[in-house]
Order: sequence, then structure tokens, then C-alpha cells
Amino acid sequence: MVRPALGPWARAARKLVANRAAMAALGLFILIVLACLAAPLYADYIAHTDPFSSNIDGTTTIDGQDVALVQPSTEGLGLGSIPLGPTWDIRNFFLGADAQGRDVAARLLYGGRNSLLIAGASTIICLVLAALTGLIAGFFGGITDMLISRLLDVLWAFPIYLLAISLSIVLISHGFSIGPIEITSGSLSLPIFIIGIVYVPYVARPIRGQVLSLKESEFVLAAKGLGVPDWRILWRDMLPNVMTTIIVFVPLLMAINMLTESALSFLSIGVQAPDASWGTIIQDGQDLIYTRPWVAIAPGIAIVLTVLALNILGDGVRDALDPRAKLRIT
Amino acid sequence: MFSLLIRRVAQMVFVMIGISILVFLIFFATPGADPAARIAGRNASPEVVAEVRKSFGFDKPLPVQYAVMMKRLFVDQDLTSFVNRGEVVVPEIMGAAPVTLSLVLGAAVFWIFGSIAIGLIAAATKDSFLDRLLMVLGLIGISMPVYWLGEIVNLITQSRLHDSWIFSWVPPLGYTPLTEDPWLWFKSLLLPWITLAILYIGLYGRVLRASLVEAGQEDYIRTARSKGLSESRILIRHALRTSLIAFVTLFGLDFGALVGGSALLTEVVFALQGVGRLTYQALLDLDLPVIMATVMYASFFVVFANALVDILYGILDPRVRVA
Repeated sequence: MVRPALGPWARAARKLVANRAAMAALGLFILIVLACLAAPLYADYIAHTDPFSSNIDGTTTIDGQDVALVQPSTEGLGLGSIPLGPTWDIRNFFLGADAQGRDVAARLLYGGRNSLLIAGASTIICLVLAALTGLIAGFFGGITDMLISRLLDVLWAFPIYLLAISLSIVLISHGFSIGPIEITSGSLSLPIFIIGIVYVPYVARPIRGQVLSLKESEFVLAAKGLGVPDWRILWRDMLPNVMTTIIVFVPLLMAINMLTESALSFLSIGVQAPDASWGTIIQDGQDLIYTRPWVAIAPGIAIVLTVLALNILGDGVRDALDPRAKLRIT
Repeated sequence: MFSLLIRRVAQMVFVMIGISILVFLIFFATPGADPAARIAGRNASPEVVAEVRKSFGFDKPLPVQYAVMMKRLFVDQDLTSFVNRGEVVVPEIMGAAPVTLSLVLGAAVFWIFGSIAIGLIAAATKDSFLDRLLMVLGLIGISMPVYWLGEIVNLITQSRLHDSWIFSWVPPLGYTPLTEDPWLWFKSLLLPWITLAILYIGLYGRVLRASLVEAGQEDYIRTARSKGLSESRILIRHALRTSLIAFVTLFGLDFGALVGGSALLTEVVFALQGVGRLTYQALLDLDLPVIMATVMYASFFVVFANALVDILYGILDPRVRVA
């Protein structure tokens, strides 16, 4: 068989590579991922700190002087305490310490790993579930379609944050056990699954619509006429055709999932201590917002940069693959 | 038309029943989640848990529990909180609703005018520097976590620049009813409005620009142009009208969701005691009657907004009326 010079995928890839904004965004995103992956290297070899153990009575040396990491507050009634502020010295408490005397910069990198992991994993779960439900509902129609579509209608009308919060509160306080599967309450897989589930209707609906129109197309009718089994039509004819939609969703969904994870963690029902994520660090910084604002500002900037990069990349991917796609999730 | 209306109402009712069952199942039938154990506290003895189970009626079959709760919520309207016993749920929500409505309505004014302005300017100056700048700013607006933005706003206006002339007018966090002091109501909500609106200004501005640009290639715009109409008139009177269809759909859904409680992050950060914050508090306490009532209230707004969007569609786009 002779391969055509440029298939649709290769053409889309070329178009994407030619898009400078999208490539810059991709570069930024890769940089952020690499920085977060290097978190242990930074903590061990540059900052020499353990970002997960409380260090309230610790001290550090700045300009030859010993400075306490957490000092008693001198303002107001003298209650509470103020941690060390940013030193802007990359080797030593670059962004200062949090209320427990832990290095904020190192926590930021470690937290980024969880934020990225949850956003990525929940995106995969969401897309797999949405592709399955969309394909099955659209292809088989009838009672299957009716049941799935009504269920999606109900989920659709349920405000996403309320659904995510409801699931998180029930699952995170008790964990989840069904038969042999047991997930402890602090596990990262809880936020991953919860965030993966709540956006399924938003992706499944467009896929179902696409399958409905594909079903009437001639190549599917021909396959049916030849007696090709249903699952084979689904796998060989339908899936490749909805694949563009699915891929266009990847960066956009990941951006949304990252924001959702951070919001849940901020409300203290996402990632659980001692693990950190950008959302939990913002929450740590909430009480210090007027005294040590960088504890909350820094992870917020990290979120904005990552989500922005994903959104720009998502625009580029959509322009390259399917410029007329009407996608929206919030 | 009449049968369509009946079908629409039936669909609304169906979706709301579905949501109430879903919420009920999440809190009562999730494996491992036992509401009695939760209410009794972490270190309660089995006897205490059994006592709680009996007194709250958790020992009855699930469908019975569900029916009793729905009857007390909608028919008798005497459903009381599990946590603050004796507190009736319905008036509590009615008390919080004006806060949320004030927040969302004000923010909606900002985001409608802001996004239409941005969309029109960007579409009119398509591919210019200004267009690119506005679109990037819009993307940044979409990419910011709203609670984080709220904290930064608080940091600047309540602390860092509070003593300067720019922000000395900002009152402490909290809500003042409109009927009590309209000026203070306005002042205390202005910053929350802008904070909440920024995401939507970015989102809607971008959507509007895209659909204005798309409309520019349609036949009716070419006709308008060949009639010799000015570009601004074409943009505002002809292109904007069709583009508003997509806008209205988005607006209906977002507005419904926000009034229903999705504004809770903004409410939490700015210490506004609205429906979202009430829901969140109830969720933390696992106060099921309050959760049930607030979620039903929320889904009502979402479903109602959906129906309203369909009707507005018909008014804006005559093609829909025929179909």
C-alpha cells in the first residue's frame, strides 16, 4: 500500500507547529512540567530543605545572621505568628516560609506535581468515559440512548461545583470501598475520579451528536450493508472520526480540570495534607494574605501560567484540527 | 406551542427529580458513608450512633426516607436542619438569596457590557494589535482562579492601598442589604462584582468576537455592505444581532448556575453570606436537609434558565420559531 504524502493528521501537526503562539505555550507548559518534576532535586540539592515536615522552631542563616523561620507577631495584640518573608535567594527560602516554617518555593514545585497529575489523569478519565457514553448513546440509539441522555441531562443541570463538592465531601471524609476496591480518604485518586466524572456530559454531548450524523453517512451504511459487526464499526469507523473532537478537548479540559482541582483544594476538600497542590498552598496563604502575601500569590501565578499555556495551546490545536468546533466548558 | 410548553415543564420536573435522587444517593448510599456516624461524631460509641440513626429516621428504607424528606421540603415546608435543630430550611435559603442575587445581577451588568464592548472592538479591529491584546487579556481572565483573584483584590484594597486615596472608600468585607443603605450596598459589592465578572468578560468577549468574525462572511452582511451601510452600522445592527444568539445561550446557563450557588467561591472570599456559602457550610456539616433544599433551589434556576434560553432563542432567531 502506498501512503499518501500528507494525511490529515500530519497536515494538522504541520499547522500546529507553524502556530508560534501555540508552540510558545507548549514550551512554557513543558518547562513548568519539568520544573515540577525536578522538585526533589531542588529541595535536596539547592534549597536543602524538607518541605513536608513542620519546622516552627527552625532557624536559617541570612547574611551571616540566624533568623527564626516563624516569629511571634509584633502587630496588633501580638497574637499569632509571622513566618519568614521571601528572601529572593534561590538557595534559601526563595519565597519565604509558610505558617509551619516550610519552604514555600519547594512546596510550590511539589504541589505542582500533584496539580498537574490530577489535571492530566482526570482529563484522560473524562475523555474515555465521555467517548464511551457518547459513542454508545449515539450509535445504538433507542432505549440505550434515552437512558444515557436523560442521565446526562440530570448531570448537566447539576451545577458542576456543587456536584464536585458533594462527591468530595462524602468521599474524602470516609474514603471509598466497593467490593475489593478500597481507596483511602487521603488518596489522590479521589479528586482525580471526581473531577474526571463531573465534566463527562460536556464532552459526551458533542460526541453523541457527531456519531448521530456519522451513522447516516455512506461509509457507515456500506459497512452495515456488508455485515460488519457493530463493535467493529464503532472501533474502526466511528472512533477515528470523533478522535479530532476528543483531541481538541485535551488541553482545554486539562485547563478546566486544573482550575477545578485548585478550587476544591482551596475549599480543603481536594488534595489532603500532608500532600500539597497549588490550591492547598493558596489556602495555606489565605491566613497570611495581609502579612506574607507571597505564600498565596506564587501558586496563583503558577496556576494562571499553566492554565493560560493550556488554553493557548488548546486554541492552536482546535485551529489546526477543527476550526469550526464549537466547544465550551465552564 | 401549548404542547411544547407542557413538554418543557415535564422535562424540567423530570430533571429536578433526577437531581434530588442523585443528591440523596450521594449522601445516603455511597459505600462507606454513614450519615448517622457522621452526625454522632468521630469517637461516638455504637450505642450513640444507633440512637442517632433511630432519631433521624436513618433506619427506615431509603425510598421512605427520600419520600419523607421531599414531602417535608415541598408540601409541609417544615424541613429542619440536622445540625442546628429547629432551624427551618426554606426561610434560611430565602434569607440568603438576596445576597447571591445582588452579587450575580451586578456582575452580570458588568460582564454583558464589558464583553460586548470587547467583542465589538476586537472584531472591528480584527488582526490588529488591539485585537490581539484584548484576546490575550481575555484568555488571562479565563485562566485566573476566581478565589485567588478575590484574595489579591482584598490584599490591595483592604490592606496595601487601603490607606491611599484610591481605595480608602472600600468598606470592610461583608454584605449590607440594599434596603438598609443603598450606597454602602453598592460600595461593598463593587469589587466582588468586578472580580466575578472578569472571567465572563474574557469568555464572552472571545465568543462574541469569533461569532462576529464568522458573521462577517455571511450573505446578509454582503447585502448590507452593498447597500452602502457604514461598517459600524453593519457590525452593530446586523452582525451583532445574530451573534447575540450564542451569547444568550451562554448567558442563560451561566446566570442560572451562578444564582443557584456556583458563585460560592466569590462569596467565600468576600465573606458574603449567600446561597453558595450556605450550601458549602451545609456540605461541610453534612447537613442533608439544607443541602437538599439548596441543591433543589440551584437546579431549579439552572433548569429554568435553560427553558428561558429556548424561548429567547425564538425571539432573536426567527428560523427557530418555524422549526
